[in-house]
Amino acid sequence: MRALATCAGLVGLWWALQHGFGVPPYLLPSPPAVLRALWTQRGVLSAGALATLAETLLGLALGAAFGMAAALLMALSAELRRWLLPVLLLSQAVPVFALAPLLVLWLGFGIASKAAMAAAVIFFPVTAAFHDGLRRVPQGMLDLAHSMGAAPWRVLLLVRVPAALPLLGAGLRVAACWAPMGAVIGEWMGASSGLGYVMLNANARVRTDLVFAALLLLSLMTVALWWAMDRALRRLLYWDPA
Amino acid sequence: MTGPGIEVAGLTLRFGGRLLFDRLDLRLPGGELTALLGVSGVGKTSLLRVLAGFSEADGRITTQHGAPLDGLVAYMGQNDLLFPWLSVLGNVVAGDRLRGARPDRQRAAGLLDRVALGGVADALPATLSGGMRQRVALARTLYEDRPVVLMDEPFSSLDQVSRARMQDLAAELLRGRTAVLITHDPLEACRLAQNILVMSGFPAVLSPVPAPAGATPRKVDDPDVLATQGGLLRMLMSQC
Repeated sequence: MRALATCAGLVGLWWALQHGFGVPPYLLPSPPAVLRALWTQRGVLSAGALATLAETLLGLALGAAFGMAAALLMALSAELRRWLLPVLLLSQAVPVFALAPLLVLWLGFGIASKAAMAAAVIFFPVTAAFHDGLRRVPQGMLDLAHSMGAAPWRVLLLVRVPAALPLLGAGLRVAACWAPMGAVIGEWMGASSGLGYVMLNANARVRTDLVFAALLLLSLMTVALWWAMDRALRRLLYWDPA
Repeated sequence: MTGPGIEVAGLTLRFGGRLLFDRLDLRLPGGELTALLGVSGVGKTSLLRVLAGFSEADGRITTQHGAPLDGLVAYMGQNDLLFPWLSVLGNVVAGDRLRGARPDRQRAAGLLDRVALGGVADALPATLSGGMRQRVALARTLYEDRPVVLMDEPFSSLDQVSRARMQDLAAELLRGRTAVLITHDPLEACRLAQNILVMSGFPAVLSPVPAPAGATPRKVDDPDVLATQGGLLRMLMSQC
């Protein structure tokens, strides 16, 4: 409720600014103009949103899978962690967005390059969160499992992984917010569909109202994605008070 | 069940640049509970961890028959260490799950009845009080059915009344096993232990203190218990 009031206030401010200072609509369109664009261009926008959503979901699945696998590998063997962890940290020194043109070059203009971009953006937060969780299991629990005569792989599967799930959940929530951004940046570098593509085209034709409409849809999609992720995680982590 | 005696010979352990134990010899009588007291940081937990096989040290640790302790030890830690994602019953049988064996749910349910938790077998640990959680931990320890039980301040987080109740229950249910109990509470030692050891100094020296007479659990207001408790407390206070 409060969030809605804040949003309404911001829209009001936007409208007042646009109206009061006489900002030309190609710089800042009025809220009704954006709504109009949303309706008249609904075909273009919905096709774009669907394409971006597909890229995002695929990237989310890929990035989460690879991130979880990397964290598990590092938890499984200290030797492997010594080889992998510096590389992972170093990879964060390369701005992920700088990879976008290369990904388009390698994977083409289709969905693959965008999904790869979204996956690249979320890979590290997922890996870091899960890895952190796997390492921060209370020593007492591990001692207890050891005294029970558990094999190391069973300790990993039955104690460390469940104990790490709440932190993995935090990583996945972040991932749900970042994945659409990754997909859109991929689209900016070269695409034939998607909300990013719509925005780029509209911007070139000074259709600022359409840019805003696409932006609005993108935000709604991100919020919806986060909400769905949050709901799913709450159900999955039934024991976690957060 | 009667637990075997435990013999420690020539135990040497360094921890954090300090020599905790220097060729320490120790005999723990079989089937009895030995309480281990001492000021914080003196190395009680280190000794227990070595006995449990959690950490390495030089020296020999065997049963009185010369066999290693592997597979003979059940462990109760400073907190209940319940897995929050498992139900109460799931926690009791967690050992079998972790060994890849078939859990004996019937036996687990019987043990939950003995710690008066038969009604909450399906509840999650987060919904239980501290005392109830500690009783689940005790049922889990009993489910493991090992002749040796090592306990590191298992009841320290409970309030006085729950702690006294828990001591009664533990004394009754652990009878016959060889048990080591680390505690900061002289009263707990006097109620539960057949043998009391006070640990002090670097490297550590273990000084035996005569335990009160009578079968355990001894009454909280037993004059002998109270006198021994006072003496123990004075002894511990003079050490730091």
